[in-house]
Formats: sequence, C-alpha cells, structure tokens
Amino acid sequence: MSQEKLIRMANQIAAFFAVQRGDQAEAVAAHISESWAAPMRAALLTHIAEGGTGLDALVIAAAPQIRPPG
Amino acid sequence: MKDLIIPPLEWTKDMGTPARQGAPVTLTVDGIAITVPAGTSVMRAAAEAGVTIPKLCATDSVEPVGSCRLCMVEIEGMRGTPSSCTTPVAEGMQVQTQTAKLQKLRRGVMELYISDHPLDCLTCAANGDCELQDMAGAVGLREVRYQPVETHFRPREGAGPNPRYIPKDTSNPYFSYDPAKCIVCMRCVRACEEVQGTFALTIEGRGFETRISPAAESFMQSDCVSCGACVQACPTATLIEKSVEAIGTPERSVVTTCAYCGVGCSFEAQMRGEELVRMVPFKGGGANRGHSCVKGRFAYGYATHRDRIVHPMIRERVSDPWREVSWEEALAFTAARLTAARDTHGPDALGVITSSRCTNEETYLVQKLARAVFGTNNTDTCARVCHSPTGYGLKQTFGTSAGTQDFDSVEATDLALVIGANPTDGHPVFASRLRKRLRAGAKLIVLDPRRIDLLETPHLGESWHLPLRPGTNVAVLVAMAHVIVTEGLYDAAFIAARCDAEEWADYAEFVASPDYAPEAVEPLTGVRAETIRAAARAYAAAPNAAIYYGLGVTEHSQGSTTVIAIANLAMMTGNIGRPGVGVNPLRGQNNVQGSCDMGSFPHELPGYRHVADDLARAVFEKAWGVELSSEPGLRIPNMLDAAVAGRFKALYIQGEDILQSDPDTRHVAAGLAAMECVIVQDLFLNETANYAHVFLPGSTFLEKDGTFTNAERRINRVRRVMRPKAGYADWEVTQLLANAMGATWSYTHPSEIMDEIAATTPGFASVSYDLLDARGSVQWPCNEAAPEGSPIMHVDGFVRGKGRFIRTAYLPTEEKTGPRFPLLLTTGRILSQYNVGAQTRRTDNQLWHDEDRLEIHPADAEVRGLREGDWVRLSSRAGETSLRATITDRVSPGVVYTTFHHPDTQANVVTTDNSDWATNCPEYKVTAVQVAASNGPSSWQEEYAAQAAAARRIEAAE
Ligand code: SF4
Ligand code: SF4
Ligand code: SF4
Ligand code: FES
Repeated sequence: MSQEKLIRMANQIAAFFAVQRGDQAEAVAAHISESWAAPMRAALLTHIAEGGTGLDALVIAAAPQIRPPG
Repeated sequence: MKDLIIPPLEWTKDMGTPARQGAPVTLTVDGIAITVPAGTSVMRAAAEAGVTIPKLCATDSVEPVGSCRLCMVEIEGMRGTPSSCTTPVAEGMQVQTQTAKLQKLRRGVMELYISDHPLDCLTCAANGDCELQDMAGAVGLREVRYQPVETHFRPREGAGPNPRYIPKDTSNPYFSYDPAKCIVCMRCVRACEEVQGTFALTIEGRGFETRISPAAESFMQSDCVSCGACVQACPTATLIEKSVEAIGTPERSVVTTCAYCGVGCSFEAQMRGEELVRMVPFKGGGANRGHSCVKGRFAYGYATHRDRIVHPMIRERVSDPWREVSWEEALAFTAARLTAARDTHGPDALGVITSSRCTNEETYLVQKLARAVFGTNNTDTCARVCHSPTGYGLKQTFGTSAGTQDFDSVEATDLALVIGANPTDGHPVFASRLRKRLRAGAKLIVLDPRRIDLLETPHLGESWHLPLRPGTNVAVLVAMAHVIVTEGLYDAAFIAARCDAEEWADYAEFVASPDYAPEAVEPLTGVRAETIRAAARAYAAAPNAAIYYGLGVTEHSQGSTTVIAIANLAMMTGNIGRPGVGVNPLRGQNNVQGSCDMGSFPHELPGYRHVADDLARAVFEKAWGVELSSEPGLRIPNMLDAAVAGRFKALYIQGEDILQSDPDTRHVAAGLAAMECVIVQDLFLNETANYAHVFLPGSTFLEKDGTFTNAERRINRVRRVMRPKAGYADWEVTQLLANAMGATWSYTHPSEIMDEIAATTPGFASVSYDLLDARGSVQWPCNEAAPEGSPIMHVDGFVRGKGRFIRTAYLPTEEKTGPRFPLLLTTGRILSQYNVGAQTRRTDNQLWHDEDRLEIHPADAEVRGLREGDWVRLSSRAGETSLRATITDRVSPGVVYTTFHHPDTQANVVTTDNSDWATNCPEYKVTAVQVAASNGPSSWQEEYAAQAAAARRIEAAE
C-alpha cells in the first residue's frame, strides 16, 4: 500500500478522534489496532520511526499504544 | 414445533377486504359464531369463519368499492341485500350468505357479466385461474338469456368495425392488457393507487362505456412502473403475465425470497416441472405483505439466459483463452495454485470476497474457508463498499450493527426523514409502503442533492426537501441537532432514562456551538437555514419520527460520522424502541445484512465479534478444530494495494464483480493483474473474470436452499425449485474447494450450516430451518432471550446498555471542486436495473433503461453548449469516461448525477480512492468532475472493450 494512502487514512482517523473527549491518542491507537491488518500497522509504525512525515501529531502520539504487528 | 404453528389463513386465501384493527365484535355467519375487530367487513368475517361469499370486485389487497353486487347477503333486521364487502360487522349480527333470493339475484348479475364477455375460456390464458369462471360456477349459472347487441369484445360489430373494441396492449414486456376481457371491477386501478402508489391507471367513460386506461398510448408510455400489483389483482385474463400466456398455468408453488434488493420480498415461485411460470408476491411475506417491484416480480429471466456459464473453466494466464474442464480438474487446479501461493508467500497472501447476493450459509462457508482452511482473516465483502459505516456507527452508539425496526413499523410513522436514499428506485416495495403512509398524512423530509421521486408522491402532505451539496451530510445533520438543542426540542425524559448523561451533556454543548447554526452552515451546504430549522422542528415534534437512509449517507469520507449523527438525532428526540420510529438503513443488496452478520469482515467473526476476542475465537476454534489468527485481515482495497506491492497473490471471489462495483477501476485492474490466482464464482463472465484464472459457475437463488437476511434483520428462506444448471449449488462448490485443500467438511444440506451458525453465534442461537419453515421468517436476535425473534430493537434499553452520544464534527472531504473539476458528481440507481446490472441487463428490464445517462442542470449544460442526448466526456483526477447527457433541474446547479448499471459506462473509472475514515467504504457519492462535449466513448472505454473481448474467449471444445 502506498505510503501516501496510509498517511491519509491515519490522518482521517486522527481527525475524527481529535474532537472527542477522553484520551484521544488511545482512541486512535485502538481504532487502528482493531481494524488495520498487521502489514499496514507495520508500515505505519516504520514510517513513524523514520520521522512520520505528513502524519498528524495525534497519530504519532498514538504509536506506542498501537498493537505491534505479528 | 413444526406442526404447532398453523400459518394464518390470510397468507394463502383471499379474505375479500383488508384486515382492520378494533375492538372485538361477535356475529354469526350462516349460524357460525365468529369474533373479528370492529370495522371488518361482513365478507372478511365470513372468510374467517370459513365461508366464502361470491365476489368479483373485492380483493383483500385493496379497499372495497361495492360495484359488482355479487357479494350480496341477507342480514337479519336489515332491509334488502347489502353488499358484504362494504358492510361492516355489528355486534350480534346474523348473516345469511346463501338463500334462494340471493342465488337468483347473483345469477342475474353473472348473466350480465357473461353476456359481454368473450366465451373463449378453453384457449384463454387464465383458464383454470379465472375468478369470473369460478363465480359462474359458484352461482350455478347455467344459461345466458341475453343476446348482446353491443359488446366490448367483438372486433367487428355487424358490418363495420366495433368502435368499443380496444385491441390488446402488449407493449409491456412482462404482461399484457386485453380490454376485451375486462369486467371493469376496478381492482387494478385501486391496486395501482393503494398498493403501489403510482396512480398510473384511470377510469374513462361512464356506465356501459366505462373503460380502464393507462392514461397514455400504451402501458409502456404511461407512468406504469411494472410492479405487477394490477396483474395480481385482476380476476380475469385482462391483465396477465406473458409467461403464463406462453407456458400455461403453474402446477405448484414454492415460497422463496427475492434475490435483488435489501427489502427481501417473499415470493411464490410458481412452477411447472422445473420451469418457472411466474413469481407472485407472497401475502405472508413479512417485508412485502404481498407486494412486489418489477425486479423481483418479473426480472428473473437471467436465470436461464444463454450467457450463463455452466461449466468450470481454467487458464494458465489471463491472456489465454478459457478452457472448459470437469469440476474435478478445475478444483484440483485451483487447490494446487492456492496451496502453492500459501506455501511460498504465507497464508496472508490469500484472501476471499464473500457475496451479499449469496445465502447466509454460503457466505459463512466462504469466510470459514479463509479463516479455517487458508489460515488468514483476509475476508471482505462488497458490503464494504456500501454499508460498512452503518455497522460501525450503529455499533458505537446503540451496540448493534443493524437497523432498529421492521418494515411494518412504517405504518405507525408520523414523519419519515429520508437521507441519501431513493426508495422508489432502490427499495421500491418499501417506497410503496411509505407512500401509503404519506398519503395518510405522514410528513416527509428528504435530505438529498437530487429531487427524488418520493417528493412527487401523489397526495403527499407536508414535506421538505433539503438539497444539500454532496459531502455535507454531517453539517446539515448537526445543524438540525443544533436547532433541537438550542430550541429545547429534545426528549429529556428519554435521554435521562436511556442514554449516558455526561456524553449527552457534552454532545448538547458541542452541537449548540454557533458554528453549527443553520445560518452558519448554509454557505457550505447550500440548504437554506429556514428549511433546516423547519425540518428539525418537524422531526422533533412528530410523535413518531423514523429515519430511513441509504448509500448517500455511507459512501462518503464521513460516512461513519454521518451514521453516528443520525443515531444521535434519533436518541435526542426519543425516537428509538417502539413502532414508527428508529434508524433504518436501506440495504442495497438482498443479503448485505446477512453477509455482515456471517463474519465477512476481516476483523470480525460471525456475530460481529472481534478476531482478537479470545473467547469468541475459542468458540470457533472448538467448532472448526483449527487454531485461528487474532490478527485482523485485509479489506478489499488493502488486498488490492498489497497485490500491487507483490505481497498478495490469490483471491477467491464469490458472486461479486469488484472490477465494476469498486472505485477507481484502474487500481482494481492493476491489483487483480498482479495476482497469481484469481478465482471467480459467478453466473456470468463478469468484468472481474477478465482477470481470473479460474471460473467456477455459480447457481441462482432458484437453484439452491438457504437463507437471506434483509434490511430489517429478517431471516427469510430461499428454496430450491430447480436443479443447479452447473451441477452444484454455490455452497457445495465452496465445500469441494475446501476439501480439495485438505479440509474434511461434510455438510449435506444448508440447514446443517445454519445449525453450526446457531451453535456459534449468540444472536442466531434459536434459528433453525424447522423454525423458519414453521414461522415463515424470523428477525434476529432470536435466542433464549427472544425466542420469537426481535421485530424492534432497543425496546427496554440499548443493546450496549446506555445509548452513547459521540461528537460528530463536520470535516469537509478532500474531494473539492476547483477550476479543473468544477462540478460534483454523485451516483445512484434506477428502478429497473440492479447494481452492476449483471442480472437485470439480461432481462427485458433493459427496455426501461439501456444506458447510464449523466443528469446535468440546464444552467451547467448551457455554458458547456450541451443539448439533451449529447455525448459528454466526464473526467476526474482518477480518469475519464463518456456517456450521454440528460438535462434536468432535478439536480442543483454544480451537481451532476449518474447511475452505474452498465459496464460500458465505467462510471467507477471516474470515482477516486477517497474513503470513509473508519471503514474505508469508498466515497462514491462525491467526485469533483468536469463535463465537456465529446464525440463518443473515451479511449479507456475502447481499450477496455477490446481487452474484455479478448479475455472472454473460450476455447472451442475439440
Ligand atoms: S404494473 Fe404497477 S404501476 Fe403499472 S399499472 Fe399495474 S399497478 Fe400500476
Ligand atoms: S383489468 Fe382486470 S382488474 Fe382491471 S378492471 Fe378489468 S378485469 Fe378488473
Ligand atoms: S423491492 Fe427489492 S426485494 Fe422486493 S421485489 Fe423489488 S427488488 Fe425484490
Ligand atoms: S365483491 Fe362486493 S360488490 Fe363486488
């Protein structure tokens, strides 16, 4: 999956939770863990490890709580 | 259990007049005491007592008019001989249905009818199925004393042509109208008005000259939508199915379920041997109550169309021609390729796509194949591209991924809020039921960019149309919530009792923001603030307000947010948990609900339990005897992405045409082309099959047993009426494939699959074929807590406990108009065609719609120099296609609209890969486009046509 698409999807999720109450990073992480397949999570986490260009700050904040792939 | 339940009499018998509700009234009919609700006719009371009164103009689908006088009775203490169909019962009434006087009068009536009727009974298509014949027999008519001077049926009268004779109208492909046989009972006129709500038929002339007319040259040129209600009501051969004329009367009847839309109408498949004579809507059908639309009633010819592929076919490469092979060879080839892909690339390089057109049992087996045999959770369904946001949004707010009501609920609705749906075309039988309610005074709010036909309902009362810009659903819905909150119109008692208080307080504060005032969103949405205010007030004020919505809600980047906003609106006004209210997603395909229930989604096991849920996995690990992965699998677009990236190699697609139905056609094509083994199981060589290595012939709904679950969670039986043309039903093929890969499945009948579903899925715990056969249908959840099923959900509380309000911020889609693409394209469907059209295009429904057209507003057409019927080029950032234009003010300036039923149009070449934030449901409903004059098909359309023709070659058999 193209990096660009993955970033767009993650940012869309962040945008929804950015207005919610409670721990937003946790909510983003939970949504990604529940609905993304392992290779997608892996690609996202790699991208974050490489600096996370283009990602919403909330996605980056969510990273530690995303279920590790595999 | 089976024999304890006797089906109600009225499922199979014509009770003469419609049922009534009222206090019990007791009377006697021919000395038999019977108790019926007040308001019931004497005729119906007699029918309930088991006495059949002769009748011609009455039938229980329409209100009586009392015109034929054949149904006269004598009533103690009443003068004369009143018509039993129009006389209501009274306490203590004593009715006589057969006396010497009545017999004489009835014979007189029949004699008059018969004297103006062509007595060609032996060669009449209705011979043996004609109420006029039956009544002649019932009243003992033995001679006709009049020799008519003038008739309606003789083409010539005396020396010249008969001016009263009207020739037969055969313009409709499915039924004919022969005025010579008409007895002017007006059942057809009433059926068209009362049952269908189209008002296509009128009465012309008076007295002896009275005639029925479609108010046009012919039926095809009239407003008729070919629903068949008039044909159903006609007691004679005047309106009759052409198939009955061609074949003869049926010899048996099997109740089954329509395989088209999510209304899930019940039909009687009327058979002669293995030949289907006609499909007749079944009165016992919980969804349709005896009504039908042109698709289910008539468009079944595809089942025997010559294009059907009935032999398995394989090929090494997709550039090779197809080779017909035996089932053994096809399955061995497929299993070998799948196994090789799994061994080389791992289980996650494999996947399946289940079908919302196949049965629950078949869908269950396909996802089981992925999870238990392939060893991956890579399973998805075409429901992804339509209603996945419904599942997400309703689960988050209410706790179940399904609509809250049954269709009967519409009868108690005082106001219907219809959002992004076009029921008269997409869900016609529901639309007829809604229109009936609208004629009775219910109000209507339509939230749609396009002026849909529902707004043109004859005798419609108060209504509002909110013609919003595509992509602004959330803004309008939150503005409605703003009005309800700031004007204090919410149902505080309901909220206090049923919803989480803190979340409500938060949501109320959120929507009360001035940013969401109707005046503030008006520039974004294009909807006038007063209209939003009026609509919000009406919705909140209605005693029972129901929301019905379709793909215009879900197929957006904010699809899930919109579903949540809808749920919030229903909760804050207390419109949940009783008849007449609720949140009702209108499902596109017959088994969208079922395919979601059956665990088609990559992250959910059957019954919507997450794959990471250890307890749920344990249930299936025990039942299936394998270990299951706790990792969510890939969704369709993710599978295609992974394929392009070289990580996804093999896909088994049952009954879906993803190349045509999924967005961004070029991307789908690239993904499929990158795979090593694409298996398509379908009735026809569909567009996706152009990229397939294996084609496994599918079976139609007439060829197999199973169940479909409709939009109201109703599990309906599908019953086999003929042998599968390819030798196996679809569920058998999946089983053969699983076993070819080493599984040891041994189902001998779909009922055994349902038993496994019931044993593993709590909401289905009490469902079995015995139960369905006895009750006709049942709505899930059906288990120990709800042994009779659940017509309405969340009655005493939400499934999740407290109803949950979730903030719904409006975020504009990334798909924006600009100088290059200044218009917004939105898509929809039309009555006569179904989805990608694979079935309906292979029927005479083509006569109504043989191409997709682009609707464009006159102002937008004018600046582009376009005239009606011109070819136009439709382009977006994803691609371009060509089709012809229709100029109409149904769409607002700046918005264009098309259907997507025809593969040549390739509307999805234009749609982009934007998708819903939560579920990746594609954003079909908003694409920024440009429209310009063109000369004909685009180069992509021509290239595609050439590629498709090459890929469809089948090697000549030696
Ligand atoms: S087929 Fe339906 S729409 Fe057409 S005339 Fe008959 S009842 Fe009316
Ligand atoms: S067409 Fe049939 S239903 Fe209509 S008035 Fe004539 S006989 Fe009656
Ligand atoms: S409304 Fe839907 S289910 Fe009913 S007959 Fe028409 S297509 Fe079939
Ligand atoms: S059936 Fe009652 S008047 Fe015709």
